[in-house]
Amino acid sequence: MSSKKVTDVVPVEEDKASKVLREIMAGDPVRIALSVLLGFIIGAIFMVVFNADVVSSWSRFGSDPSYALSTVWWTIQDGYGALFTGSVYNIDSASFLEGIRPLTETLRFAAPLIMAGLGVALTFRVGLFNIGATGQIMMGLAGATFVSTRLHMPIIIHMLVAVLAAVICAMIWGVVVGILKARTGAHEVIVTIMLNYVATSFFTYLLREPNLLLEFNGGGTPKSDNPDDSAKLGALLGPDFNLHFGLIFAVLAVFAYWWLMERSTFGFRFKMVGHNASAARAAGIKVENTFVWALAISAAFAGLAAANQGLSVDGGLTASIEAGIGFDAITVALLGGSRAGGVVMAGLLFGAFKAGSSTMQVAGVSPEVLGVVKALIVLFIAAPPIIRAFYRLPKPSIKIVESAQKAKAAKVVK
Amino acid sequence: MKLELRNITKRFGTLTANDNISLILESGEIHSLLGENGAGKSTLMNVLYGLLQPDEGEILIDDKPVKFTGPGDAMAAGIGMVHQHFMLIPVFTVAENVVLGNEPTSKLGGLDLEKARALVKEISDRFGFEIDPDAKIQDLPVGAQQRVEIIKSLARNAKTLVLDEPTAVLTPQETDELMEIMRGLAKSGTSIIFITHKLREVQQVSNRITVIRQGKVVASPSPKATASELASLMVGREVDLNVTRTPAKVGAETLVIKDLTVLDDRQHQMVDGVSFTVRDGEVLAIAGVQGNGQTELAEAILGLRKIHSGSIKVSGRDLTKSTVREVLEAGLGYIPEDRKKDGLVGDFTIAENLMLDGSFGPPFAKGLEIDFANRDRIADQLIADFDIRTPSATTLVKQLSGGNQQKVVVARELGRELKVLVASQPTRGVDVGSIEFIHEQIIAARDSGKSVIIISTELDEVLALADRIAVMYRGKIVGIVDAKTTREKLGKMMAGISA
Repeated sequence: MSSKKVTDVVPVEEDKASKVLREIMAGDPVRIALSVLLGFIIGAIFMVVFNADVVSSWSRFGSDPSYALSTVWWTIQDGYGALFTGSVYNIDSASFLEGIRPLTETLRFAAPLIMAGLGVALTFRVGLFNIGATGQIMMGLAGATFVSTRLHMPIIIHMLVAVLAAVICAMIWGVVVGILKARTGAHEVIVTIMLNYVATSFFTYLLREPNLLLEFNGGGTPKSDNPDDSAKLGALLGPDFNLHFGLIFAVLAVFAYWWLMERSTFGFRFKMVGHNASAARAAGIKVENTFVWALAISAAFAGLAAANQGLSVDGGLTASIEAGIGFDAITVALLGGSRAGGVVMAGLLFGAFKAGSSTMQVAGVSPEVLGVVKALIVLFIAAPPIIRAFYRLPKPSIKIVESAQKAKAAKVVK
Repeated sequence: MKLELRNITKRFGTLTANDNISLILESGEIHSLLGENGAGKSTLMNVLYGLLQPDEGEILIDDKPVKFTGPGDAMAAGIGMVHQHFMLIPVFTVAENVVLGNEPTSKLGGLDLEKARALVKEISDRFGFEIDPDAKIQDLPVGAQQRVEIIKSLARNAKTLVLDEPTAVLTPQETDELMEIMRGLAKSGTSIIFITHKLREVQQVSNRITVIRQGKVVASPSPKATASELASLMVGREVDLNVTRTPAKVGAETLVIKDLTVLDDRQHQMVDGVSFTVRDGEVLAIAGVQGNGQTELAEAILGLRKIHSGSIKVSGRDLTKSTVREVLEAGLGYIPEDRKKDGLVGDFTIAENLMLDGSFGPPFAKGLEIDFANRDRIADQLIADFDIRTPSATTLVKQLSGGNQQKVVVARELGRELKVLVASQPTRGVDVGSIEFIHEQIIAARDSGKSVIIISTELDEVLALADRIAVMYRGKIVGIVDAKTTREKLGKMMAGISA
């Protein structure tokens, strides 16, 4: 490739906003990793600046500078050390099994984030900015709760039916968005936000109804019965660990997503619509139908997350069981670059944040630092120029390659 | 004003876009800058216009070095640029557009539109532009819009005008008018840099010619040079401008279009009762100025646009109400006029783009999965057959040059079983080498018995390929004539005067 010819060209004309949105949703791995790193760095600054020991040691910086510097170091080490202890491995524990417990907690928290994250990621690949996972999870919860508390079936079958109910209810909610978008041209962002409210209220309404989901002899609080044991997601590592079968569903979901997006013709058409809907149309693809399909399948993943939540509780559930997963899913999808592997990594990171926040609190570091880190990571991903400026990265420009075959061609013509 | 670019070198990374280019423009001179897409013309002009800083070399005005840090500096020094895509606001009047950014104000600080109108009128009269200062831009034909752009520059006292591919959007008549205007401007002392790749225009109007190839000045031929001499200099080898072809051996009437009426998105009737047939083994060219319904016609044939009335039949099968997929599967191939928008997915690899419309079944799909082995095999085959210059089939299409991108589209469409090929602007924005190749492929498709429709606004292309020519004007076919019709007559037909 010695005679490589490279020219700067103007890419396909697009307004700036949609170009940035596509760059965000496309998710370049290097930039994402740098965003995470920068998030942690700024999180560390927060920990240091708001730590009383550090503040007092720095007021005596002149007399004891090494102490002042070491307090900074120790604060960061304590904080992120506690995060590690709470989410990966506890080195102080008596046995290996006990020590690995935090990791299983991370996995437990990560599973629903990964499943819902895959759902959102799928719609990103189709070019839809779908923020409706919350509503889909709520509808899924309604289905799962109804099956698990009102119907009675043999073990395993009950659980599978409940999961299926969650998936179908969520899919219906996804299809509603798809049809509204395809038929009326309504923007999916607005539709999904509004449907989130509707679904959340609807679920709570169902929880208040004695004939539907309200617990037996329940009063004014919208709360369901405990799911039948036959419907619950069983423990995966025995009674000593909280980890349950939801993780298996998450693993299956990851493989399903990977196959769908990387191997199947559906995924090919999804990506085609996402990158260039107008070319897809000219290639015989019904773009509107593709939107409906994508939102339906995306919602199915959210439904799995709902099942994970609704079928793993002890003692009845309220709408709070959703635990912000629908919203975190957007972040996970962005952070994961909408790819199967990336979503797994992002889900694990956020799962670790959830698992580790209590140990951080015990260590005297406000776990809200993690909220800041989380939000900053997304902010940096959402504003690529910030990261480029911070790390002095070059601006992405499209290069034209014209290979060494030019010489060959010249010969042919002669 | 004498303008000189002296030893300009501009590098982007390892690429030298401009390599030691020198150019002298005397007052009242038309200097043509001839080169293919990507030869470095635009880079050079961006340097001149202050949008880029040269790595070496300098710009001199009247032998004094100047430094432009932005277009503002260049404008202040008397350099005006008319871009290929007009920078006009459609809902504003001519006068408002001309003074935009440089508004004359009344004593109270309000906009003095009277002054603006007087200015437009004065310039328009001086050069015979015939522009009404109060007309809205959106109501003006393209040629007139271009004159507004020129007035805009002249209103800022431009002594040197840079016209970037100005004839791309014009009818032959409008092109002739522009040539007239350019000569008039030159006579009055305005100097012009004329950027183009159209040889005929260069011959008509230039005082001097500079040919750029791969960032270097390769020659400064005399204005009397022949078209094939200029083309050879531009491409760097002998170019055969004429497509060699045997007389058409026509067969059955495969594509039959009857009384076709198509509306655009705003419910305007863009195709108005059009009827024609295309026989196997012939090329029917649809000539016409951009925007006379050709785009909508092509989209209607493909099934992208709803047909209001009339019918389309391929081999007797009615495709009037068919979906795009059904039309494609019925054996219609489509090369869209805007490949980046409708023909390719830039972020997909070449192999993926070659199966864009083939994801529904064999050979590219096996059940629900993509048949990767087949896909890659076919991709390698097509890359070889259609001479797509790329390091590999996994290169992203957006990294290819325009010519190679177009070859990907052509390869995809001609790479499968076809009855009819509809090619819209098949060589727009494509280098001369690729034009030759694509034209050969289209003729080969015709000779293998396919019915071919070429929709083109370039008369050269129409004359090079067509067996019959249908001219479209305002949604109607003005006439269908044979390929020996003169340029002049076709030009008249393109302006709506029927044969």
